[in-house]
Formats: sequence, C-alpha cells, structure tokens
Amino acid sequence: MSEQRSELSPAGETHSPQETEQAETLHVEKWEGIWIRIALGMTAVFILAITVAALSFGISVPGVTARISPAALNDPENPFATPGLRELAPGKYEVYMVAQTWNFLPDRLEVPVGAEVTFYVTARDVVHGIKIAGTNVNMMALPGQVSTLKATFTKPGVYNYICHEYCGYVAGAPIGHHTMYGQLVVADAPETAQALTE
Amino acid sequence: MSVQTFTGSVAPARPVSPPLTAQHLHLADRVAGWNIAVGVLALSIGALFGVFQGLEHAKVLDIYPWLQPVIKTYYQGLTLHGALNAVVWTTFFICGFFTFAFVRSLNRPYLYPKLNVIAFVVMLVGLLTAAVPMLMNNATVLYTFYPPMLADWAFYAGLTLLVIGSWIVGYSMYFTYYAWRKENPDRRAPFIALAATITMVLWQIATLGVAGEILFQLLPNALAPVLGFPAPGLDPLLNRTLFWWFGHPLVYFWLLPAYISWYAMLPAQTHGKMFSEPLARLVFWLFLLFSTPVGFHHQYADPGIPEIWKYIHMIFTFGVGFPSLLTAFTVVASLEIGARARGGKGYLAWIGRLNWGDPSYAAQNLAMILFIFGGIGGMINASYNVNLAVHNTTWVPGHFHLTVGSASTLTFFGILYWMVPRLTGHKLFTPLLARIQAWTWFFGMLFFSNAYHTLGLLFSVPRRTALGSAPYYDSQWNPQMIESVLGISLLTVSATLFFAIMLFTLLLPRKLDKPVDMPVAQPLDPKPAPQWLDTWWPWLNGAIALVLLSYGPMLYQLIRDAEFWSRGIRVW
Repeated sequence: MSEQRSELSPAGETHSPQETEQAETLHVEKWEGIWIRIALGMTAVFILAITVAALSFGISVPGVTARISPAALNDPENPFATPGLRELAPGKYEVYMVAQTWNFLPDRLEVPVGAEVTFYVTARDVVHGIKIAGTNVNMMALPGQVSTLKATFTKPGVYNYICHEYCGYVAGAPIGHHTMYGQLVVADAPETAQALTE
Repeated sequence: MSVQTFTGSVAPARPVSPPLTAQHLHLADRVAGWNIAVGVLALSIGALFGVFQGLEHAKVLDIYPWLQPVIKTYYQGLTLHGALNAVVWTTFFICGFFTFAFVRSLNRPYLYPKLNVIAFVVMLVGLLTAAVPMLMNNATVLYTFYPPMLADWAFYAGLTLLVIGSWIVGYSMYFTYYAWRKENPDRRAPFIALAATITMVLWQIATLGVAGEILFQLLPNALAPVLGFPAPGLDPLLNRTLFWWFGHPLVYFWLLPAYISWYAMLPAQTHGKMFSEPLARLVFWLFLLFSTPVGFHHQYADPGIPEIWKYIHMIFTFGVGFPSLLTAFTVVASLEIGARARGGKGYLAWIGRLNWGDPSYAAQNLAMILFIFGGIGGMINASYNVNLAVHNTTWVPGHFHLTVGSASTLTFFGILYWMVPRLTGHKLFTPLLARIQAWTWFFGMLFFSNAYHTLGLLFSVPRRTALGSAPYYDSQWNPQMIESVLGISLLTVSATLFFAIMLFTLLLPRKLDKPVDMPVAQPLDPKPAPQWLDTWWPWLNGAIALVLLSYGPMLYQLIRDAEFWSRGIRVW
C-alpha cells in the first residue's frame, strides 16, 4: 500500500534494511511448517480419494439431464404423464416420478432383486427432495428440471423414499411435507413383496 | 538512516490520527450494546423453538396445537428458529462486536461515527419489517426461501434492509480504515481491525448473490399481486444458485468473528501470546479468497448443474478448509504458551493449566473443541459423492449445530462474558453460573449433534421435517432420539442460564471492582508481518477473479437459458 520502504514497527523502532528484507518473507516456525505440509497433504489426499471414487466406482452426483416445463407434465407424449416403472431389458428398469404437494407419483414401486433402476424425477409445483434409504440415490427435485441417478438393488427389503426438502404444510391438514414418502419393494417374487409390506 | 529519520522525514505534513477519547468510545459502545441486546433477544425466541422442534421429533411433546393462536405450525416455528438464530442473532451480534472491537484495535475514532447509528436503525427497521409476516405465518418459507414458494413481500424487503444495514457497518469500518491508512502508511494494520474488515468485505461479496435473488426474482414476484403487475415468474434452479453463492460464505461470516477472538483475544485471557501473527493474517486473506467459489457444494444433489462445476467447487471447498487446519495448530500453540506460563507441563497435562476458571475462556475453548468435530463433518459434507449419503438428512443440522450453533454461538457467549460487564459496568452474574452454562452447552450439543448425525447417516432421517407426525417414523430411531432429548434438556438449562446471566448482569447494579476491557493478545514475535500480508489488492482482486471464474460461466448459462415457468405459490 505504501511506497515507503522504511519499516516502522508499532512501537516505532526503525529496522535496518536487512531486517526489512527479512520481514517480507513469512517466517514459519519448524513445527508449524511441518503441520502446514501435513494439512496440504491431507487436503490433496481427500481430493484424490473423492476423484478416484467418482471416476473408478462411478459414484457420481446428479448432473444435467433435461428440462421440462411443469405445465407440460400432463402432455400425452410426455413420460411424466404416466409416471411409473418400465422394464427396458431383463433386470434393467427406469422410473419416471413426479414429486408434488404432498406425494410422490408413484408412491409404490416393486422390483426384483438385482434390478438396476434409473430414476428420473421432476417436481410439479415447489422444490422437493428424494432419498432412497440405504442407497446413493439422493436428489433434489426442482420444477423445470429432471434429476437422474441410478441404483442397483441387491438386497431384498422395503426401501423408503422420503421427501427431504420442506415443501409446505397447512395447519391441521392430514397431509403435508412430513407425510410425503413412498416405498420401493425389492423382492424375489410378487407374493414376497406383498408379505414384506404387510 | 536513523539520523535521516530524525532530521528529515519527520516533517512531511501527513495527517495524524485523532486520539481515541472516552467520548468516541461512548457512542460506539452504545451502538454495540443495542446490537447485542437485539441479537440476544432474537436468540431467546429462536432457541425456544429449537427446544420445541427437538421434543416434537422425539415424540416427547407436540406443543404446536397449543401454540395455535400465535404460531400455526411446526414449520412457522422452524422459520423463526432459522431466521432468528442463524441470521438475526449472528448478524446483530457480529455488527455489535465489530463496532466495539474495530475502533479499539485501530485506536482511532470512527471517521463517521453516526454511520454506525444509521446502520443499526436500518437493521432494526429491516428486522421489524420481516418479523411481521413471519409472526403472521405469511412467510413460512424457512430462511433458505426456496422459490417457487413465495412469502409476503415485507419478508424479503425486511431482510434486504437488514443486510443493507450490515453493509453500512462495513462502510463505517472501510472509511475509518482508509483514513487510518492515510495517516499511518508505514504501519501494519492492527490484526483485529484488519481481520474484522476482511470479514466485512467477505460478507459484502457473499451477500451480492442473495441480493440478486431477492431484488430480481423474489421481490418482483411478491410485489406483483400487491402493485397489480403481471408476475415475472421464477426459475428455481437459478434462484438456488444465487442463494448458495451467499449461503456458504455466510458461514464464514459467522465463523471469522469467533476466529478473531480465538486468535487475538483468547490467548490474552490465559496469559498466552499470538503464536504466529503473520500466519493469522494469511488465514484471513485465504478466507477472503476461497469463501465464495464453493457454493455448488450445497447443490451436489441438484439437477441442471454439470458435474464438472460441482467438482471444481469441491476443490475450492477443500481450499477453504485449509486455513481452518492452519488455525487448529496456531491457536492451540498460542494457548499452550499461556498454559506453560501458568505452570503447565508435559505433552498434554498443560491443558489443565489453561484458564478454565474464567467462564469467558472456558466457553470459547469448549466451542473450539466442538468445532473439531464440526470441521471434520464439514469435510465429509464437502466430499462430493460422499455427500449423497447425508444430504438433507438430520446429519446436516447435527453438523451445523456444532459450527454456527457452537463454534460461533458458544464463542459469542464467551465474548459477552467480558463484553457485557465492560458495556454495563456491572459484574458478571455470576462466573460460576456462566461456567455451568458453558459446560452444559458443550455436553448438550455433543449429545444432540451426535444423535442427529447418526440418525441421518444410518436411517436417512430427513431434516426440516416434523418427524413426530411422520408416518414413516421408525422405532429403530429411539436410541438416538433419547440421546437427542438428553442433549436438548442440557441445552435448555444452558440457554436459560445464558439469558438469566445476561438479564441479571444488566439489571443488578453490582459495580465492577476493577475495570474490564477488550483482551488483546500480543504477538510472540514482535517483528511486523510482511507488507504483502497487509496489502489488499492481490487478495481482493484474487477473490473477485475466483468468484468470476467459478460462478461466471455457469451463471451466464443459467441466466441465458432461464425459463421463468414457475409462479410464486403459497403451500403453508
């Protein structure tokens, strides 16, 4: 900030030119220096581990899929007009799902053990969220946007998917944000699925 | 050279800093006191709703049906809890603390002292304006707004005024800093004054995002029906992106005032010294640099933002974690100097010799310990794909009750334990109660946050949800719910003690035996910090460049492709 090079300490003593030069480099104590290196190393290792997990194991976050006007959700050619599960190939499924105040369409899904399911989720009115318990499927559902993630279900059981973003509630109403959820049943046969939810 | 100094260069007509008189301090301290009073009052209401929420979650007590005449729903209470604690308490406290500390650190009166009064009035008018719709259940949108939910226009207008008022606190500091710099071109800016100014500049940059959201999206849509023009519509993704531009640096606005106390005040409260004053400056500059280009880590789970941009923000997020890692070493080293000066020995035994008897010290040291867990949790949240395991679960409130709820809030309590006696001239009522307050907060938060972290991680329990009324409530959650109620009980005791201590210290005319003033730690090494750690342009320009690089392309795209399909809607 100042062009003057004379170094005045707060106490007012003047430093020699040599000291002035020294003062321009940051003095770091020995153990402090070691800790700085450890901290930098830790940071690098964390970033590397995340990168490896994303690239090698394909554990990724939602990205850009598609946009869709909330007003167009009921157009007949629109897959969100008939939300639900479709089998694409043996063991491979896709789900088109609409989040709206205050339920998921559909709010119940049944897939066989080992199914690989791709979820396409959008919101009709306000912002919602969906996390399928016990999986990495955790996304926001925004009006105007389609969120996509894939999961493979190897363990039979009932997986709740709960709306995890505040989406409203009117005092005294029987439903609201906290009642908004659905269930995904993973079972060998339809009868088992029935038994699991009962 | 010294001869030259003596004969020649003493003379130039450089303006001299006017002395800081008791009269100057009187006005600054009045304003600081008003700010703190408003902040503490807001917290007393906000914290109460926290207790109600915790009891509702655990099905201990659903108080909301009884609150009906005043508070309609859990979510209206939640809006008050978030807005009053995270925005009102923090902002008013920080503005009061800075108004008090900046002028003492710089040892120069404010250039425009009335500016601080104006700032307070603007903030207060903003708060009252926003409070009306919040209390009337016309703004139950939580403090994160999340359009297309749309609140009453007064809510957004009030929050805008609150932020503008806090900017004015910053302007008062910038003008005074600039004048001081002109008067003292050769001296290093005192650490506390510099760090507080950096924090305010960081806040200024951060709030531009939310200002954009409110002024160009929320207010026009909220005003449309009032003024009778067609609503321009909303793009939820664009709105979220603008919000989180603000939403993460916001946490450094909460944290850095605590860091200022930990670095530059707390060592003096335990006979320590600032271990490495230049490095402390570097830490604050790094925060200025890295605090804003990180917002997409709140949007890892959002559609419509390419993975690569989330990845880039993840790297910056780890960048902003780095100065906190430095802080962990340097602050502990500063305190260790104090403990050893007090007769502490051994590798760890010295910890017992820290000034635990002083409630102000104890509260802040306990806040630091909780922040270790908060910081580690923060790194997990920042970790891109790992975040999928915890996003929007109770893990997140578990996390930020350790950070803003402990690292910041418990430190602020500690600061008030010397600052309120200084402002009122009254003895603290009483050191013993204040120590109990600090320890109950420590253990209360420990239990509460441990329970909420676990619930989120193991059972994906959602946050921001009236869990007690949820059909998916699972008895598997019971052990953690019991733990959380234990935590909440301790926190209730602790918060009650805090408000009682504040009230009785203010009201009981028990005059101080000896004067109290702001503790200021001296640096261990008296050599001034290098010039480049006292120079604004590289850091400020660097920060602006990083914001432009990390947000520019994506925001340009989001604005260019914006579709204002959504209309504001009331869903509460």
